[in-house]
Amino acid sequence: MTANVTIRIQEADFDIAQEIAALTRGRTDIGAVVSFSGICRGSEGGETIAALTLEHYPEMAEAEIARHAETAMSRWPLTGLSVIHRVGRITPGENIVLVLTASMHRQAAFQAAEFLMDYLKANAPFWKREENASGTSWVDARNHDDAAAARWTKS
Amino acid sequence: MRVKYFAWVRERIGKSEETIEPPTSVRTVDDLIAWLAKRGEAYAHAFETPRVIRAAIDHAHVKPDTIIAGAREIAFFPPMTGG
Repeated sequence: MTANVTIRIQEADFDIAQEIAALTRGRTDIGAVVSFSGICRGSEGGETIAALTLEHYPEMAEAEIARHAETAMSRWPLTGLSVIHRVGRITPGENIVLVLTASMHRQAAFQAAEFLMDYLKANAPFWKREENASGTSWVDARNHDDAAAARWTKS
Repeated sequence: MRVKYFAWVRERIGKSEETIEPPTSVRTVDDLIAWLAKRGEAYAHAFETPRVIRAAIDHAHVKPDTIIAGAREIAFFPPMTGG
């Protein structure tokens, strides 16, 4: 059976249970599904956050996520994966991103989910703008996100 | 060629995209950044720290020394903060 790959960039929220059901529906070759959700925090460095607004480069974001999905499929024996990334204004407690990986056994699913998130954070063209008490500001990239992505290229 | 700007690069320049025709002496991504930075105060501000600027050619990340010949679309943006 071919792997089930879903990549979506959308303003609307997503339902994790529904997405897992869509990934596994009608299949009996899946023994493990790993789910990672990134959620908007209500504070950063002690400062309260009112909301995040996510900007993206649509054509490239799709292409970049698809490239990472292909890499994940080639590195681990996955039966399916889903990546859903939201854009627009997101308030604390709301979902930002979802990564689902499915495989026969858990190890591949765990590793592929972590790989996909590390790569998305460092390479997918999305930018967060933060609203707080002092106005709005672009969120600074973190060096440890680049380091997290780089460790997958080490032998 | 078409150039696109995102996040604070877009805000500083004041536009999200434009069509440009750099001279043939502008060969690499780095050359293009230096050339764009000379187009006025807004551009100079956007490109004041070239090493933090990321670039993509035709929707794929590229390094500063990449040759731009043949590119249809070049994008400039700050380090990514998605996920």
